[in-house]
Amino acid sequence: MWGVVLALVPAMLVSLWYFGLGALISMAVAVFSCVAVEYLVTKFVLKQEPTINDGSAIITGVLLAFNVPSNIPWWELVIGSIFAIAVVKMSFGGLGKNPFNPALAGRVFMLISFPVDMTSWPLPIQNRFVLVDALTGPTALGTLREGMKSGETLSQITSQLPDYGNMLLGNIGGSLGEVSAIALLIGGIYMLFRKIISWHIPVSYLLTVFIFTGILWLINPDKYIDPVFHLLAGGLILGAFFMATDMVTSPMTTKGMLIFGVGCGLLTVLIRVWGSYPEGVSFAILIMNAVTPLLNKYIKPKRFGETVKA
Amino acid sequence: MLKTFKKGGVHPEENKISAGKAVEVLPPSQKVYIPLGQSLGAPAKPLVDKGSEVKTGQLIAKGESFISANVHSSVSGKVIKIDDITDPSGYRRKAVFIDTVGDEWLETIDRTETIKRDCDLSAQEIIRKINEMGIVGMGGATFPSHVKLMVPEGKKAEILIINGVECEPYLTADHRLMLEKGEQILVGVTLLMKALGVAKAVIGIENNKPDAISHMQELAKSFKGVEVVALKVKYPQGAEKQLIKAITGREVPSQKLPIEVGCVVNNVGTAFAVYEAIQKNKPLFERVVTVTGDKLASPSNFMVRIGTPVSELIEKAGGLPAETGKIISGGPMMGKALNSADIPVMKGTSGIVLVPEEKSKRMEMRNCIRCGKCVSACPMGLEPYLLEREVNAGLWEEAENSRIMDCMECGCCLFTCPSGRPLLDYLRLGKNKVGQIIRSRTK
Repeated sequence: MWGVVLALVPAMLVSLWYFGLGALISMAVAVFSCVAVEYLVTKFVLKQEPTINDGSAIITGVLLAFNVPSNIPWWELVIGSIFAIAVVKMSFGGLGKNPFNPALAGRVFMLISFPVDMTSWPLPIQNRFVLVDALTGPTALGTLREGMKSGETLSQITSQLPDYGNMLLGNIGGSLGEVSAIALLIGGIYMLFRKIISWHIPVSYLLTVFIFTGILWLINPDKYIDPVFHLLAGGLILGAFFMATDMVTSPMTTKGMLIFGVGCGLLTVLIRVWGSYPEGVSFAILIMNAVTPLLNKYIKPKRFGETVKA
Repeated sequence: MLKTFKKGGVHPEENKISAGKAVEVLPPSQKVYIPLGQSLGAPAKPLVDKGSEVKTGQLIAKGESFISANVHSSVSGKVIKIDDITDPSGYRRKAVFIDTVGDEWLETIDRTETIKRDCDLSAQEIIRKINEMGIVGMGGATFPSHVKLMVPEGKKAEILIINGVECEPYLTADHRLMLEKGEQILVGVTLLMKALGVAKAVIGIENNKPDAISHMQELAKSFKGVEVVALKVKYPQGAEKQLIKAITGREVPSQKLPIEVGCVVNNVGTAFAVYEAIQKNKPLFERVVTVTGDKLASPSNFMVRIGTPVSELIEKAGGLPAETGKIISGGPMMGKALNSADIPVMKGTSGIVLVPEEKSKRMEMRNCIRCGKCVSACPMGLEPYLLEREVNAGLWEEAENSRIMDCMECGCCLFTCPSGRPLLDYLRLGKNKVGQIIRSRTK
């Protein structure tokens, strides 16, 4: 578990650089409330030995903070944390028993409960020391969606979008932990290298998004934006490496993991391109979380000695 | 690219600390306890009684069932009684108690060191003699060797595979045997080839034993049809089906024997025992045992008479260290913890591992976090996490459909579990239950 925390450090540093105080407070509030809620629930509701030492509540806290705008009111984050830990995780029996990713479920809960606060994104750098009334702007995916709706051409929209360099570094509007593709990739590759995660889910997820959006782009490049934009925009890389790979809520077999990743990819693109939200990573992963038990039931590992002709 | 099996497996620390120690021949123990059931199958029927005088190598119990093996006295002396003792499996079973007097061997046994390579016995005669001499699989499974050599009607053996893998951590008995008795092993291999009527034998050795590989390769040059193959280190490569997969690429079908794919597997220790039985007329009454452990004063490899109490071996290796938590018979992965140091060495005892207190404790058990590590580690392609739940819930039929009987109890799942779940315990329990149900069905 501590390996995951370490893998999140580069993205944390980037978010501190771009969003400053707001990012610091959000992460502190989310981590503290997640750990506190888990402690209180185990001690006073379940009357068990508290399980906070396993570090999983810390990860949920960091990931929840990563998925919200940096200037979110602190009490909304507390409510999100309570939902994530108490309802999504502990009510099912704690670590290992929750069917859904707690951080993502907490994020979606907040998105539905506080739609305005959850979708006003402070601009990077200039809001480092601003906590209220920050200058906000849309995310890249938001700009795309709004432009499409008002009937602008893709080339008109593209001129308003950040360039790929800034999207890689994270100098864009967005949730505080999702902005920098490079920082997240460093963490992801570290986890792959340390064998904390396997390559199956992130690779199949990212590849599916790339291929699906690539096909759309090839069919009509005036209507659909290029696949590289889709890879770098929004929470895709954060989701593919840190949320979809959550071992508790993803399949057990490698074959199942590949199907899971492809499913996440298809759903993400469907929501982004044709859905009512500009971003679909959270919903896609949560939906595939719900499919996981089914995948575990029907996708079996290749048995030794099964397909051999005697 | 070195060969290995593809699916699953783990890499425990090797800890082969006794690898540099030459095999030391121990004198016969003052008292031995020779269990009557030392092989898979039915125990042997005793031929001696209280007061009988026996010689070293004398037949003292006869294996009468099809799957059963003869038992010979490992010392000369007087039978005190035939009574129950606890054997390494933890069950109370019958054993012959002998008080040693001198060391008088049967005159028929050739005790010279000269290596005899030629043999004019026929295949049938070799198999009969292996049966007589009480040879069983020395790798630990103790399947009676003569049964393994009788190829069933309609099947054909093509390759003899010799297991020199010794994939269990700590154990070095087979390693030393290959270094010190390499030529005898190879003669044994040719005898086994003759018994099976095969022209090809492959000896598989993991490449953490480069000295054994080069030594055996050098010796094998003068034996026709025998090849030595280096294998990449991976546990459990010494398991029959995994070894066949690694060497030949063939997969033994579920619930079937290696002969299905034209293979017969024997251990290097068995090949050595076969050499001694056929060429030297010597029944199986002693074997190499590795006595080792992190805190042990002098980890060693001993040539030990069957029936010697384990406590005596530990004394010879420097005495029981103060902080010993477990005494394991066999390797640390598949071996069994002994409940007493008075338990005797048997034909299948490849090692005695003393585990220090701090390493002998199990991890604290936590919730399964569904990480899937057990699924990736299982060399048989099973889902240990699922089997645990099915067994825990008493869903025997579901467990059977999830192929619980394919489990060979290698312990990779338990080894790899980050939550300390006792997966192997559930699997053993479940196999026991499901096995009973399957047997009752055919009645």
